[in-house]
Amino acid sequence: MIATLVRRLWLVPVVLACWELLARAQASPYLPAPTRIASWMYERWFSGPYVLTEEAVDNFVPSLVRVVGSWSVAVVAGVALGVAIGRVAWLSDYVDPLVEFGRAVPPPAMLPVFLVLFTMGTQVQVATIVFGVVWPILLNSIDGARTVDPLQLETATVFGVPARLRLFRIILPSASPKIFAGLRLSVSLALILMVISELKGSTDGIGYLLSTASNNADMPGLWAGVVVLGVLGFALNSLFLMAERRVLTWHRGARRTA
Amino acid sequence: MLEIDNLTHVYGPGSANEHRAIDGLKLSVAEGELLCIVGPSGCGKSTLLRSIAGLITPTGGEIRVDGKLVRQTPDNLAVVFQDYSRSLFPWMSVADNVALPLRRRDMDKRARREAAQEALESVGLLGAAEKYPFQLSGGMQQRVAIARALAYRPSLMLMDEPFGSVDAQTREDLEDLVLKVRGHHRMTIVLITHDIDESVYVGDRVVVLSKAPAHVVGDLRVDLPGPRDQITTREHPDFVRLRGEVGRLVRGVDVAAPA
Repeated sequence: MIATLVRRLWLVPVVLACWELLARAQASPYLPAPTRIASWMYERWFSGPYVLTEEAVDNFVPSLVRVVGSWSVAVVAGVALGVAIGRVAWLSDYVDPLVEFGRAVPPPAMLPVFLVLFTMGTQVQVATIVFGVVWPILLNSIDGARTVDPLQLETATVFGVPARLRLFRIILPSASPKIFAGLRLSVSLALILMVISELKGSTDGIGYLLSTASNNADMPGLWAGVVVLGVLGFALNSLFLMAERRVLTWHRGARRTA
Repeated sequence: MLEIDNLTHVYGPGSANEHRAIDGLKLSVAEGELLCIVGPSGCGKSTLLRSIAGLITPTGGEIRVDGKLVRQTPDNLAVVFQDYSRSLFPWMSVADNVALPLRRRDMDKRARREAAQEALESVGLLGAAEKYPFQLSGGMQQRVAIARALAYRPSLMLMDEPFGSVDAQTREDLEDLVLKVRGHHRMTIVLITHDIDESVYVGDRVVVLSKAPAHVVGDLRVDLPGPRDQITTREHPDFVRLRGEVGRLVRGVDVAAPA
């Protein structure tokens, strides 16, 4: 366990040490040393009464709520719509062109639109994230629901499996490997869009901290924001992969033996 | 039990690649009978089975199960498909696969579990209940599919080339399993196969279909001494004679012709 951790992570301290040495040698204000960034982070964000300072709570929490909340909304909407479109032929005939168009729009392009459409604040961020991440989920759900093995559905018909069970016990599980492929993409995309949407027209959030640090030419503050975002992205991805591994055990097993 | 009258099915009627799969097929199966249907490959055996199961609506003729016209799948009918790897649900444990169809029956959770256990026991797979299908061999997966059909307690069980995808040894074991379970569960079985020996070994009666468009070209009663045994039954003079007769019918040679 420890040996594998060492083998996987040994490069991290090496890179940090090189950075530290380089930064000290250069003494440039644009390249703060890792120790300086760390002490900056500690003073500003992690020296509060319950570890986090007020500034950290006021900005991390809104970001986290936005990214998780918007992602959840996109998952529910994308999977529900996707399965409906994938299983109902006439619906897909109508909706397919719209979907093709919607997915082709680069998500950040909608940010200015939403800034005009909604008053400043969380609505803008939620709209940007949901609109951006719903496409991979939707497309993969459509594909997954469309390609359910006909023999599995016939088996369900023969044994009179009721409609609700057919959806939850057959169509959704059968589509789940593809749905999860879309979800995986959407997790990283949600984080990207969260930052972008907070850079402009926001009064709190990690993206807002980044943009104020940038305006004040506060280099340690900028790097600190980057570090927090990296850690947050890593944590969200790890959580997601854990969930995926649990849900798709059967799929990995079936693929290994096939 | 099962009455098929003047059944006709045409795929893509009126189109350029119209295909007449079944033409004027007549057949009746008595209660408790084990009927094997043999025919050359591509002769419309599966179309026939899918029509009986209510999965397709034939273009002509009538199918009655227990006197009732088949419009959708009759609720006392179960199917064992050839392709067990696709007809079992890989995301459910073996026990859940067997118990799922029982949701339709008026049974609570415990009763469903007990019925699934009992069915798994009768196919010799009690120990595999918590496993997933991919953890089992092909023959065992097909046993699960048979257990699923048994737990459903159908009065008519259709089997579509159920042993087509397993090796020879497993195939013999599964043939004997079918003979065993029909003794315990009183039901009518229609088994479709392209294997002539299998049809004579398993069946009480063998119906031979022609090349497409399929109709009945032979209907033979199998009167072999029971219980059947893989070695001695296949050595029996009647078995040898019957398999010769069925073989000639399948190949389209007149039975009356000298051997």
